Amino acid sequence: MSDSKIITNAPAPEGFQGEGFFAGKLSDVVGMARANSLWPLPFATSCCGIEFMATMASHYDVARFGSERMSFSPRQADMLLVMGTIAKKMAPILRQVYEQMAEPRWVISVGACACSGGIFDTYSVLQGIDKIIPVDVYVPGCPPRPEQILDGIMRLQDLVRSESVRRRSSPEYTELLASYNIK
Amino acid sequence: MALETTTIQSSLNDHFESAVSDFQQIHDILTFEVDADQIAKVMTFLRDDATLRFNFLTDLCGMHFPDADPSRQFSVVYHMHNWVDNVRIRIKCFLPAENPTIDTVSTIFLSANWQERETYDFFGIIFKGHPQLKRILNMDEMVSFPMRKEFPLEDGGRTDKDDRFFGRTTDNC
Repeated sequence: MSDSKIITNAPAPEGFQGEGFFAGKLSDVVGMARANSLWPLPFATSCCGIEFMATMASHYDVARFGSERMSFSPRQADMLLVMGTIAKKMAPILRQVYEQMAEPRWVISVGACACSGGIFDTYSVLQGIDKIIPVDVYVPGCPPRPEQILDGIMRLQDLVRSESVRRRSSPEYTELLASYNIK
Repeated sequence: MALETTTIQSSLNDHFESAVSDFQQIHDILTFEVDADQIAKVMTFLRDDATLRFNFLTDLCGMHFPDADPSRQFSVVYHMHNWVDNVRIRIKCFLPAENPTIDTVSTIFLSANWQERETYDFFGIIFKGHPQLKRILNMDEMVSFPMRKEFPLEDGGRTDKDDRFFGRTTDNC
């Protein structure tokens, strides 16, 4: 056995602690709960999806980060993982999947194709999914290794942990969605 | 007895005279040209004739030659296969640039339906009499025909590849 210590609990947020009580900010507690139970929706279209299968499986085990269950219904997912080339014909479908997700929702764009179209600089391929939906975290690579995908998920957890509970009703967020013409 | 190419050629010459021309052997396949307005008749004959028996349409595709004479800039190529004697032939039809229109063969071979849609999708060749001539692979909103030579290879809409930063000339060579 190695000496590394397995962490089984998330660190407590900032606050006051005493005998049998803890007082802190609600947004911290909500953020912690959200960040450690992100339900992923894998939208895998090509080789990045294969890397994600490895990420999901026992060796890399994304369940360690609170994403035990893959949700194949957008209505029950928090985190959309777009992995692979998105053809222009696929774009409306991806957009519909995003629109069906309930707030709060986050998007990770995995791999060069999802981020920018990658090597497919051609008439039939969408040049990055951020042309049609807002993206929170970009994972580079062609395809990225499972460690990189896990790193992307951890970066997203940082965002989720520090997100204000009021962000989704802020005028900036409404403006962002309006710029993508999403209701 | 195997089906000889000379048999095919003489049989077609007898029935269609000047509508079939330019017989040659390319890569072990008998290749010839058929007048575009005769393709349906020729193909029906090739399928139904008792000795020729070309019962299978292997492939159908388009070609574009922008430097050719305006009357022969587009082409439709048909590959047919006789399963009984295991003989293949290749048929070419040339179409004018301003109105690339040809009769459908989807009434003769049902398999031509999607292949003609694909050829329309990429080359804009109109197949007269096709039951549902609309795009099959590209998105319906597309207005261009991407396999035509004048169509740019790269997506003109992309903003992250400014040629000035890659030391390339404007035509991306």
